[in-house]
Amino acid sequence: MVTIYESKPVHEKKPGLSRRELLKRGGVGALLVISGSAVISPEHAWGLETSALKPETMATLIQMARDIYPHDQVPDKYYAIAVKAHDEQAGKDLAHKDLIEKGVADLDLKSGKDGYTGLGWEEQRVAVLRDIQDTPFFQAVRGGLVVGLYNQKQVWPIFGYEGESYSKGGYMARGFDDIEWL
Amino acid sequence: MTAPFDLKNDGVVVIIGSGAGGGTLGNELAQKGIDVVILEAGARHEYQDFINDEWDSFAQLAWTDKRTTSGDWRVAKDFPNLPAWIVKAVGGSTAHWAGASLRFQEHEFKTLSTYGKLEGANLLDWPITLAELEPYYAKAEDRLGVTLTNNIPGLPGNNNFKVMKAGADKLGYKECHTGRMAINSEPRDDRNACQQTGFCFQGCKWGAKWSTLYSEIPKGEATGHLEVRPNAMAININHDASGKVTGVVYADKDGRLREQKARIVAVAGNSIESPRLLLNSASSQFPDGLANSSGQVGKNYMRHTTGSVYGIFDKPVHMYRGTTMAGIIRDEARNDPSRGFVGGYELETLSLGLPFMAAFLNPGGWGRSFTTALDHYDHMAGMWIVGEDMPREENRITLHADMKDEHGMPVADVHFDDHSNDTAMRNHAYKQGSALYEAVGATRTLPTPPYPSTHNLGTNRMSEKAADGVVNKHGQAHDIKNLFVSDGSQFTTGGAENPTLTIVSLAIRQAEYIAGQMSAKSI
Ligand SMILES: Cc1cc2nc3c(=O)[nH]c(=O)nc-3n(C[C@H](O)[C@H](O)[C@H](O)COP(=O)(O)OP(=O)(O)OC[C@H]3O[C@@H](n4cnc5c(N)ncnc54)[C@H](O)[C@@H]3O)c2cc1C
Ligand code: SF4
Repeated sequence: MVTIYESKPVHEKKPGLSRRELLKRGGVGALLVISGSAVISPEHAWGLETSALKPETMATLIQMARDIYPHDQVPDKYYAIAVKAHDEQAGKDLAHKDLIEKGVADLDLKSGKDGYTGLGWEEQRVAVLRDIQDTPFFQAVRGGLVVGLYNQKQVWPIFGYEGESYSKGGYMARGFDDIEWL
Repeated sequence: MTAPFDLKNDGVVVIIGSGAGGGTLGNELAQKGIDVVILEAGARHEYQDFINDEWDSFAQLAWTDKRTTSGDWRVAKDFPNLPAWIVKAVGGSTAHWAGASLRFQEHEFKTLSTYGKLEGANLLDWPITLAELEPYYAKAEDRLGVTLTNNIPGLPGNNNFKVMKAGADKLGYKECHTGRMAINSEPRDDRNACQQTGFCFQGCKWGAKWSTLYSEIPKGEATGHLEVRPNAMAININHDASGKVTGVVYADKDGRLREQKARIVAVAGNSIESPRLLLNSASSQFPDGLANSSGQVGKNYMRHTTGSVYGIFDKPVHMYRGTTMAGIIRDEARNDPSRGFVGGYELETLSLGLPFMAAFLNPGGWGRSFTTALDHYDHMAGMWIVGEDMPREENRITLHADMKDEHGMPVADVHFDDHSNDTAMRNHAYKQGSALYEAVGATRTLPTPPYPSTHNLGTNRMSEKAADGVVNKHGQAHDIKNLFVSDGSQFTTGGAENPTLTIVSLAIRQAEYIAGQMSAKSI
C-alpha cells in the first residue's frame, strides 16, 4: 500500500528521522527526504509510504514525472500522487516492479555518478530522458501520468479548469459569455 | 410502456443498435404500428445518470471493447486500440454527440461527377439527390429541434464562440454563427433549454440536447410497439436457404447466446460494428459475409478530415464554459479546387476539459513545449476542423485473423491511410484556423492532430448498381431484400458536414419505405 499522508513538518518531529539521502532538485531548491520506506517533503508537509518499490526509486519517479510534464506552479505532492500507482502495481506484478526498478537504475547509470536526481538542471535530465523515451519504462511512466496527473481534481484549479458544473446550474449565470477583451 | 416480444416472434423488425440511425428508425416504425425489437450492446443509463467528468463519463459510456488499428494515421500509433471515440449504451453516440446538425450540399451527393476521378479515391455519386432528401431533412430538423430552423432561435454565443466570431470577422468570413444545433435554445418537445453546462460530450444532464435515448426511444416505447433490449450484443445474422434473413443471434447480459427471430433486420451499429457483423455472418451461401457480393462491405471507411486548432491568448477565455460546439464558420465548406483540394470543410468551436486536453493535444508529447500550452488552459480558444475525406477501398474494417472478443467474435481491425487530398485540406484548415486566432491576438497556436474517430462512415455504401456498393437508395441490401443498413455506414461519400442529421433523415425515409414494402407484402 502506498499512502500519501499529510505529515508534520520535519522540525516538529521527534528525532530519529534519518536523512538517509537528500535529493536535491535543480532551481527551486526544494528537498525530498527518504526516511525508512517513505519519501517525505519536509517543507510541504506530506509523505509517501512505499511498499513494493524502493523509496529512492519513488523519489526519482517523482522528479522524472516533473521533468516529463513540468508545471512550475504544481507542487510535488501531485506528482507523487500521480506516480504512486506504480508502487501499487509493482506490489501485484513482479514484472512491473522489475520494469520500474531496472528502468530507474538504468536512468541513474546514464546520468553519471550522482544519478538522475543528481543532475542539477532540467535540461540535463531531459537530455537523458530523450535518450530513453522509446523504452517501455519511459512510456509506462509517461503514459500513466496523462491520467494520473491531469485527472486529479485538486490540480484543475491550478490550471483554471472548473470541472463539474451541473450542480451549480451550468454557466448560464456564471460567466459562459463574460469575455470582455475582444 | 415497453413491449416485450417473444424470441420466436418472427413478425418483428429487429434493429441492431439504438443510436442516431437505429433509435430513430425504431421510433418511426413503432409510430406506424410496426413491432420492433432493438438489440443494443450497451447498458441503459438515463440522462440524470450522466457524469460531468471526462474520464468517468468515458468509462460509463464509451465503446472500449477491443479493436485494432493499422495504416499511416496517427491514431494507430497513439491509440492503437481506440480507433473510434463512440458510445456503447442505449442512445448510442447521440449521448456523446455535440449536436451540430447540418444538411449536405447538393454537390456532395454527386462527388464523382463533380470532382471527377481522383487517383486513390473510390468516389461515387449517391443514388439520391439533395432534392430527394430535402423533405426528410426538414422532418429531421423539426424532430431534433435544430436551432435556426423552424423559427427556433440560435443559441447564445459563449466565450469560445465570441473569439471565433471576432476572428472570422477579421478574416472576412461571411457565414459565422452559433450553428444549427440540436440543442434547445428554449424549452421544446419536453426538453429543457441549454444551461451552458459545457459537458455536451459527456451526455447532457439537462436533456437539452437531442438524443435517441430520451427523445426517440421513450416515444416509441409509449406506442407499445418498441422494445429496447440493452446488454444484447448481436453476433450473427441468420438466413434461410432462399437467402432471406431470419433472425439475429446475440449474447445477452450473462453472455448466453439467444436468437431473436425477425421478419426484417436493420443494422445500425455504427460504421465499425455494422460491417463487422455482416462479415461475421458469413455462411456457405454467403462465404464473404452477408450483402457482400460487391466485395464492398467494410471498405471505403471514412472518418472526415479532422484536426483542431487551439489558440492561446494573453487574456482569459474559459472556452470550456457553455456549449461545446455552438459556433461555426461555413465559408470553407464550398468545393473550390483552387485551394489545392476538392471538397470543403467546416470550422466549429470545440473545447475539451483539462483531462482530455492533456490526452489529445499532442498524444505522446511531453516536455515544456507541451506543458506550457496546458499552463494557459484558461486562456485558450479552440475549434475543430471537419471536412470531406476521400473514400478509399484500402481504408477498411476487417475481421482480425485471431483476436476475439469475450463472445468469441473476431475483433474489428480499422485500417486508415490519409489520401493526399485529406492532407492538403487539413493543412489548409490549420493555416486558416491559426490565422483566425492570430488575427485576434493569439500569442501561440496549436495545430492539433485528429482525435480517435467520432464520425465513422461509409463501410456499407449506398450505390445505384449492385456491383458498386452494399445497399440501394433506401439502405436495403442489394443482395438481400429484408436486410437493411440504417446508420452512417450507408454513406456513399462523407460530405463536409457532421453526419447525424443526414443519418436521421435517411432513417425517417427508410422507415417509410419499409412500412410501404411491408404492407405491399414484398418483404
Ligand atoms: C464526441 C462526439 C461528438 C459528436 N458530435 C457530433 C455533432 O456535433 N454532429 C454530428 O452530426 N455528429 C456528431 N457525432 C457523431 C454522431 O454521434 C454519430 O454520427 C451518430 O451517433 C452515428 O449514428 P449511428 O446510428 O451510426 O451509430 P451510434 O449512434 O454510434 O449507435 C450505434 C449503437 O449500436 C450499438 N451496437 C454496435 N454494435 C452492436 C452489436 N453488434 N449489437 C448490438 N448493438 C450494437 C452501439 O453500442 C451503439 O449504441 C459526434 C460523436 C462523438 C463521439
Ligand atoms: S452545454 Fe447545453 S447542451 Fe451541452 S451539456 Fe450543457 S446544457 Fe446540455
